[in-house]
Amino acid sequence: MISQNILLTIALAPLAGAVIVGFLGGRLGRSASHWIAILGVALSTALSMQALYLLATGAAAPYNANVYTFFDVGGISAHVGFMVDTLSATMMAVVSFVSFLVHVYTIGYMRDDDGYTRFFAYISLFTFSMLMLVMSNNFMQLFFGWEAVGLVSYLLIGFWFKRPTAVVANLKAFLVNRVGDVGFLIGIGAVLYWLGSLDYATVFANTAAIDGKTFAPWQGANWSIPTFIGIALFIGAMGKSAQVPLHVWLPDSMEGPTPISALIHAATMVTAGIFMVARMSPIFELSQTALAFVLFIGATTAFFTGLIGIVQNDIKRVVAYSTLSQLGYMTVALGVSAYSAAIFHLMTHAFFKALLFLGAGSVIIGMHHEQDMRRMGGLRKYMPITHLTMWIGTLALVGTPFFSGYFSKDSIILAAQVAAGQGGWVQQYAYWAVLLGVFVTSVYSFRLLYLTFFGEERFRQVHEGSSAHDVHESHDAHASEPHESPWVVTVPLVILAVFSIGVGFFTVGPMLFGDFFDGAIFVAAANDSLAGVAHKVWHADHGWVSAAVAFGLHFWSSPVFWLAFAGFALTTYVYLYNPSLVERIRATLHLPVRVLENKYGFDDLWMKGLAGGSVKLGRALWKRIDAGLIDGLIVNGSTALVDRVAGIVRVAQTGRLYHYAFAMIVGLSALLGGLILALR
Amino acid sequence: MITLGHGLAFGAILFSISVAGIFINRKNVIVLLLCIELMLLAVNVNFVTFSRFLGDAHGQVFVFFVLTVAAAETAIGLAILVVLFRSRGTISVDQIDSMKG
Repeated sequence: MISQNILLTIALAPLAGAVIVGFLGGRLGRSASHWIAILGVALSTALSMQALYLLATGAAAPYNANVYTFFDVGGISAHVGFMVDTLSATMMAVVSFVSFLVHVYTIGYMRDDDGYTRFFAYISLFTFSMLMLVMSNNFMQLFFGWEAVGLVSYLLIGFWFKRPTAVVANLKAFLVNRVGDVGFLIGIGAVLYWLGSLDYATVFANTAAIDGKTFAPWQGANWSIPTFIGIALFIGAMGKSAQVPLHVWLPDSMEGPTPISALIHAATMVTAGIFMVARMSPIFELSQTALAFVLFIGATTAFFTGLIGIVQNDIKRVVAYSTLSQLGYMTVALGVSAYSAAIFHLMTHAFFKALLFLGAGSVIIGMHHEQDMRRMGGLRKYMPITHLTMWIGTLALVGTPFFSGYFSKDSIILAAQVAAGQGGWVQQYAYWAVLLGVFVTSVYSFRLLYLTFFGEERFRQVHEGSSAHDVHESHDAHASEPHESPWVVTVPLVILAVFSIGVGFFTVGPMLFGDFFDGAIFVAAANDSLAGVAHKVWHADHGWVSAAVAFGLHFWSSPVFWLAFAGFALTTYVYLYNPSLVERIRATLHLPVRVLENKYGFDDLWMKGLAGGSVKLGRALWKRIDAGLIDGLIVNGSTALVDRVAGIVRVAQTGRLYHYAFAMIVGLSALLGGLILALR
Repeated sequence: MITLGHGLAFGAILFSISVAGIFINRKNVIVLLLCIELMLLAVNVNFVTFSRFLGDAHGQVFVFFVLTVAAAETAIGLAILVVLFRSRGTISVDQIDSMKG
């Protein structure tokens, strides 16, 4: 039985932690602060797990009720309410669990930081916001959570607010997200307008009312309502889940401390868009056009942002581009109606990407806050646990058979293949993008691993003019040896590694091919690409274990594994056995490399093109319209006119009585003369 | 025989003289006051003339009112004149131009 009190506790425990630590952190001290924050999140985690367990075993029915009425105006009511079914319970468990591990990890990572308690307050607040987002039962609360996580993300990217780059990055993240939010708000408004409610259950029950309907935004146009709503909502998801072309903020968000890169910008917040689309599946299923749009954006993101990861040198940025690429995979899954595959990949990705990020953070601690991979190398001797767990994360990411990433990514690619077999060019394009993306994923992942942990020990070389990557980089950073991180860092790594290995094998059956998401995710029978996947790889005649093993062994016959292996082989050869080749390849391919290093010019497009264009437009408007027209002509112009007229009139004001008398007489004569003429 | 035309012409001439006096006079505010009185007298002549012409005594009653008011007005005017002279030290019309824009 899932009760309202339990759900309230899940949501409010992190909030209480955030409030206490945030306002009293200075007085409580570091130790008490982190204990309070961790206890709040641990409570949420335990209760979320319990809720997920109850739902998964069928011991409890999905919960959907309003808890509190925020306002009720003009037939529109805004509630605070919870809808906890398998979909949201999965999200809750993942969010709170990863958040819990990140809380523990933070103790080690932020040990020397002045903003220690502030950081704990922020991440607890984030956990609360994210839980409100996923537990919501209406669009209003969804939007509240959506904006709240955006706010916390903004605060945390700019956590080291004395660094100009961090301030630019958090501003960028905030603004780019606002672009997406415009679409999201329009989508919510459209839902309210045509479906008359903000409540999920009501909206989803009434989707038939807009099926196939059109509207005319202007005379002669004929737009499909479901397509309009779907694309508008998805634009919001594009901002939050960093899809091309709104992805530019995510790599820059790496300016924040590594724990939040792991928690917010890899595992949870950025997947809010994916979750939202999965939640809105009854709406998206109505429009093939909207799904094709989702698919196209996702495929583009999956392939092209992965390529950028190959040329990055900052360890966190490589993982960030990897996150972009994986989010693209999830979006592709949404686009081919394989919502459960998207959520499944979201879950496995949350574990292995959090692992990779926290591993990268552990390396950064060990290297005394050095992030450039060119100054690492050979770290496996010094950081054995980090090394091992990073291997596991990488293997899961590239889709090694039986690792969690294999099940989720293979399912997505297979679903894309099924869709490509039935669909048009978008589906074909998406299939090839995700398929070739596997090779790209493998290349950048192993490159990261080899540059960091293998090869010569480059950190002893003194680099002149090396830039500080972290505010608390000490002066003797390069003098001391790298060291393994403390247990609060390595224990979360190990736990995440265990999940990265195992979680896929045990959950693939029910989540993808079972009835786990029945009632939470709706897929039209015609779009059901996962049914095709099941037909290919899932044969549950002899129980789920043998089926999962068979799925794991399926890799021999699929190009996915061989592409990943090719990437592995190529990277191994180049980086381990023939490092001089790297420079030669760079020289040969200098043009594509430059394109990738410029990130296809998207940054320029946004910063110089749109932001710069807006500034120029604003300047032009200010100069021409404001200073020229309003100030110059209307405000100053009218006073100048009065001044000029008065200048002429004042000549008549001689101050001499007889002149005034004369004017009176003339005026009187004229008046009388006119009167006489008129009366005649 | 004095006709209506004679009376009106006399009134008009008086009025014109007084107007001309206001314009031409540059020296003295007292002359200004005299001219205003003359103007009122021109009006009175018109009243009397029309009164005679129409055989209506009301017009002549008005003349007395006008004369009374004119006397009062002149008294006030002269009083102002005295104050003006005390404060500015002159009654020359040309020099009283502090209202100049």
